[in-house]
Amino acid sequence: MSDTDEEVITEAHGAGGGRMRELVEELAVSRFEDGTADVPLAALDDGSVQRLGDSDGSLVVTTDSHIVKPQFFRGGDIGRLAVSGTVNDLAMMGATEPVALTCSLIVEAGTPVETVERVMESMGETSEEAGAPITTGDTKVMGSGDIDTIAINTAGVGVVPQGGHVPDAGLSEGDKLIVTGTIGDHGISLLSEREGFDFEGDLESDVAPVNELVATAMESGTVTAMKDPTRGGLATSLNEMASKAEVGIEIDETAIPVSGAVASAGEVLGIEPLNVANEGKVVMGVDSDDAEAVLAAIQSHPQGEDAAIVGEAVADHAGRVILDTGFGNRYLSEPEGEQLPRIC
Amino acid sequence: MAVDTGNQDLQFRDPEKAEQLTDKLESLMDDIGEPVTIMHVCGSHEQAIAKYGLRSLLPDGLTIRMGPGCPVCVTDMPEVDEAVTLAEDGKIVATYGDMLRVPGTEKSLDDAKADGADVRVVYSASEAAEIAEDTDRDVVFFATGFETTAAPTAAVLADDPPENFSVLSAHKYVPPAMEIVAELPDTDVDGFLAAGHAATITGYGLFEEFVDEYETPAVVGGFEPIDILFGLARLLEFIRDDEPGLANAYQRCVTEEGNVPAKELMWDVFETTTGEWRGIAEVPDADLVISEEYSEYDAHERFEIDPDVGGADPLTEDCICGDIMAGTADPDECPLFGEECTPQNPVGACMVSSEGPCKIWLEYGGQPDI
Repeated sequence: MSDTDEEVITEAHGAGGGRMRELVEELAVSRFEDGTADVPLAALDDGSVQRLGDSDGSLVVTTDSHIVKPQFFRGGDIGRLAVSGTVNDLAMMGATEPVALTCSLIVEAGTPVETVERVMESMGETSEEAGAPITTGDTKVMGSGDIDTIAINTAGVGVVPQGGHVPDAGLSEGDKLIVTGTIGDHGISLLSEREGFDFEGDLESDVAPVNELVATAMESGTVTAMKDPTRGGLATSLNEMASKAEVGIEIDETAIPVSGAVASAGEVLGIEPLNVANEGKVVMGVDSDDAEAVLAAIQSHPQGEDAAIVGEAVADHAGRVILDTGFGNRYLSEPEGEQLPRIC
Repeated sequence: MAVDTGNQDLQFRDPEKAEQLTDKLESLMDDIGEPVTIMHVCGSHEQAIAKYGLRSLLPDGLTIRMGPGCPVCVTDMPEVDEAVTLAEDGKIVATYGDMLRVPGTEKSLDDAKADGADVRVVYSASEAAEIAEDTDRDVVFFATGFETTAAPTAAVLADDPPENFSVLSAHKYVPPAMEIVAELPDTDVDGFLAAGHAATITGYGLFEEFVDEYETPAVVGGFEPIDILFGLARLLEFIRDDEPGLANAYQRCVTEEGNVPAKELMWDVFETTTGEWRGIAEVPDADLVISEEYSEYDAHERFEIDPDVGGADPLTEDCICGDIMAGTADPDECPLFGEECTPQNPVGACMVSSEGPCKIWLEYGGQPDI
């Protein structure tokens, strides 16, 4: 209990769930004009979509700040994360060919130059992999202890044909839900690394740009809604998709791909793989007639081998996600706050 | 989840077997012909029930409720205050992560930590002792949990721990609490599903006396979905036959005598005393305190702990935690549940711990009306 009743920002606000949404809506959305955007700030989507004068195209803009502990982790680092995060947010709006990215660094005084160099090297490689040129940036240094080593903000712009964007609110009854690969890898791997658990097996982050994979999917059928299940995990993404589209979502838990290493480590840590971040996966709604074709296309991509249809949008239970556990049913709720390993 | 592992033993998660067992539950309930309430006393049971949506499988009339099965939830406020006082007094306080957010009168250990106290999260008693080995400072292990964690605490104390190590015990002993719950006038329990992991230590034979005295059947159950459904079916058989029987439905881990060396060690190091179980009642012989023989490691003996706090429990005034832990109410019957009372901002102890019924219900979303 705090000494005063003054409301302060807590780490729970940053965990990507309902509390963060409330905060953003209260503090930001109410104060910023929406202008003429097709997808405005108020939509709280992965990015905004705005018409470009008389042209046929619409501009997609997104921005993301990245902090992660440890900064270098199994399967990636903060640099790869910063580029992938923004490329993926653009892709989630349908902009799979990023026009340009920015790179703003805030570095703690005392950080070895070599550390920054490694991060830059990784950003360069990932930007090349995604076909997303980094064209401008900024650097600030803060005092020792004022920030933990390094924080990176990346913004990105992309273009989609007018009306060709994919909102996260686009689900309608009957749409199938596809996840593009194994769930929980990034979150479980980082948590176990942070807690000092050394599990056997291939536990590593899935951080990667997924724009090419998304393009492949969009070419083979009608994708109605997309999200990359980062903070808050698949559980949060599905709840957001259901509530924004005012549909119910039924998920077959046994169909959700989870690697053996993640499942075991999740059990030991007491953490649900569905509640933790993925950094290289997509959950998308697909018109049911196209679902098999889109799934096949995704599976033919090296990043999508484990893709699966995991459920569908239904008329009942608007705004909620029902999980068939293979035993009984329950609601899948959004995780609250930080995911902490369970002890007893 | 579609888990791609060959090495995990999945026979206790076989949906087909679950279907057979639910059919059996249904036919047993038909035979019984009246509503039945089963109580379990373990957060891990509630976890599994909620996670696998097992309540949605139960036939009409069969209710399963969690009793006082969360050691953290029932840890009383003065006990937390003592740990906070020690931490603020410059000792290193090591404890399980679950204890961090449990509110004391004025502060939780988490609050004390934010104010600069040295509070460390550990995964075991031995890890706490290891901290003591690496420092000259006093390290106090704020120990919590039932027999499953009390036995490892005992093992550390019996193994000649460093001199600067001591234990502030908030360990609890389950069986007396089951008796209290069975005696509560409003609690109407037809059978108990006893906690399998505590019984690995104590053995299932321990419950014989309870079954005889309260004429209520008890079955020791494991934690996989099939274990739980099997345990329920066994209980319904006892109820149908009007037989206050005792059965072990967790034979791969639990024996009649339990883990005898662990038990001996536990009763060397600990003895029982009467104490307040937060929100429930004063429970006789259900708090584990350090015995005379090991009193040199008892933080109560070593330090003068006089928390300058007191007053009403801020938790239980506004919430129905007591009713929930006594098995007379479900979490979603509480008006605060998920609204004013959340894991980030708990009003009641049942929302604090990951073993707490309210937190579990919130985490796993509850059960749809379908």
